[in-house]
Amino acid sequence: MTVPMSRPSTAPSAAAARGYRDAGARLGRAILRNRKATIGLGLLVVITFVALFPGLVAPDDPQAAIYGQQLGPSADHLLGTTQVGEDVFSQLIWGTRLTLIITVAVGALTTLISVLVGVTAAYVGGVADRSLSLLTDIFLIIPTLPLLIVLSSYLEGSGTIAIIAVLVVTGWAFGARQLRAQGLTLRTRAYLEAARVRGETSPYIILVEILPNMISLVVASFLGSAVYTVATAAGLQFLGLGNGSEMTWGTMLHFAQQNGAIESGNALWALAPGAAVALLGTSFALLNYAFDEIGNPALRRTRRRRAGAA
Amino acid sequence: MRFVARRLGLFLVTLWAALTINFLIPRLMPGNEATAVLSHFRGVNPAALHALQVEFGVNANENVLLSYVQYLGNCLTGQFGLDAARVPVMSVILQGLPWTLALVGVTTVIAFVAGTLLGVVGAWRRGGSLDSILSPLLFILTTFPVFFIALLLLFVFGVILGWFPLSSNYSLGATPSLSLDFAWDVLSHAVLPGVTLVVATAGGWIYTMRNNMVTTLEEDYVKMARAKGLSSWRIMFDYSARNAILPNLTGFAMQLGFVLGGSILVEYTFSYPGLGYLFFTGTTNHDLPLQEALFLFYTLAVLVCVLVADFATAWLDPRTRDA
Repeated sequence: MTVPMSRPSTAPSAAAARGYRDAGARLGRAILRNRKATIGLGLLVVITFVALFPGLVAPDDPQAAIYGQQLGPSADHLLGTTQVGEDVFSQLIWGTRLTLIITVAVGALTTLISVLVGVTAAYVGGVADRSLSLLTDIFLIIPTLPLLIVLSSYLEGSGTIAIIAVLVVTGWAFGARQLRAQGLTLRTRAYLEAARVRGETSPYIILVEILPNMISLVVASFLGSAVYTVATAAGLQFLGLGNGSEMTWGTMLHFAQQNGAIESGNALWALAPGAAVALLGTSFALLNYAFDEIGNPALRRTRRRRAGAA
Repeated sequence: MRFVARRLGLFLVTLWAALTINFLIPRLMPGNEATAVLSHFRGVNPAALHALQVEFGVNANENVLLSYVQYLGNCLTGQFGLDAARVPVMSVILQGLPWTLALVGVTTVIAFVAGTLLGVVGAWRRGGSLDSILSPLLFILTTFPVFFIALLLLFVFGVILGWFPLSSNYSLGATPSLSLDFAWDVLSHAVLPGVTLVVATAGGWIYTMRNNMVTTLEEDYVKMARAKGLSSWRIMFDYSARNAILPNLTGFAMQLGFVLGGSILVEYTFSYPGLGYLFFTGTTNHDLPLQEALFLFYTLAVLVCVLVADFATAWLDPRTRDA
């Protein structure tokens, strides 16, 4: 140890920062060493670039109905045009931003709630644990998509904030249960006992001692939630429960389906945003699978044992 | 006994929570659904309007507590009233039920059996040819959204190849009968929605089963079985898979919620007139009685399955009984 005398209680933020930095560095190395993680991250970087600078990729206005209607794909319109003469390719590119914002926001907020509920339940224990666990179980069992459809039907046309809110309300339970299970295994560790004996407060122990040791599970929880959100948000918008005036891949799918794009020879109008949703989901899923491998040594060993097993 | 009581307790509490959510959402959310329903009846005489208001519970000075108790009673006795088209909700549901039951039931069984078997074999020959095909396939199966799989199949097999009809449950002119022709007609309409659901759900089974198998294959009792010189077949199924399948059984119930959700998207995409299609149209048309009854039905279906899966797991694995 190079800094043996630094007492966490005198500089909690520095200790926390160090804990998170170490965990972050370990995570970074693990990502670069894993092929799935590298591909997933690469895809995500490209999609983020498109979301940030859509104008560089598709200079056309995505909502300008100035072209021929229901045109097939051509050099001018790579993916054809919509029923009112908008360029589908431009819509796909400009729709990236809001789709990504919804995904990341829901992923981050559900993870935050999962951490709060899961870790609190595990650490505090007793009645608090029992009631939080019961709440988690209830939200796990109630079928999500029907509940989402009911909630969204009242918020019809209310836009991004509303869809983020309903997805967060219905999506936190799975992560909370996993984080609670992990928290329970950490609870009896000696270093937590030591922190309690030192007289640290519960928030300090949770933030500085517990969370840095759960960071890979927190990240996995975010990634899992993102995979789920990409498909679910697009599914809701596909059903027409989003705000039709907002440009996302899900709303594109809805209008394509409403106008029978698949049946009437304009299939790319529906398949392109569908493929984009699948691609975004895949990039998060690749990262998530990679984290599974990093976290579960039994799965990691498989590749090296290939020759012997077959 | 304590285990049974705990599980039944969770069942009842969740059922109550679902019923209460069902009751509260229309009353708490902005944009009262009941008023939306009543707007369909503009121009009716005041007495009839009052009767409708009472029925939909939009009375401005309604006693919330009283209607809550009434609502609970109605739900428990299966009285769901009439839908927006003045048809008893029960008969509407019974019309859609067989289509969804067959679609979801058959596809779930196929996906579970095929997925679990593939997972067992994939883990047994880790890194082998099946396993290396399976892994990339898994990404596709588990991450592609249900509706995208539906659209792809619709495009390839419905539009381009023209092998299967594009929508509905049977041909427009066909009259339901017990003939072979009609059975074939129904089957060909069900293929694309069914394959969509199998493709969308099998991945989860393969994934968990494979990973559980990988873990159990490392156990000492499996090593012991190998040392005894037992056949691969026996080690694979009697020793390893038997223990690895437990989490999949528990997952079965959770999966059902996902499948039911998926069936809504699939039935919407293929205009397949099952419960999912009814639920979707009912909800977007603000048909409150239909929406409430179907939401309750979905919750109850999942709840019953969770309960059965819990008991099955406890019966198969005594260790879980203390949990």
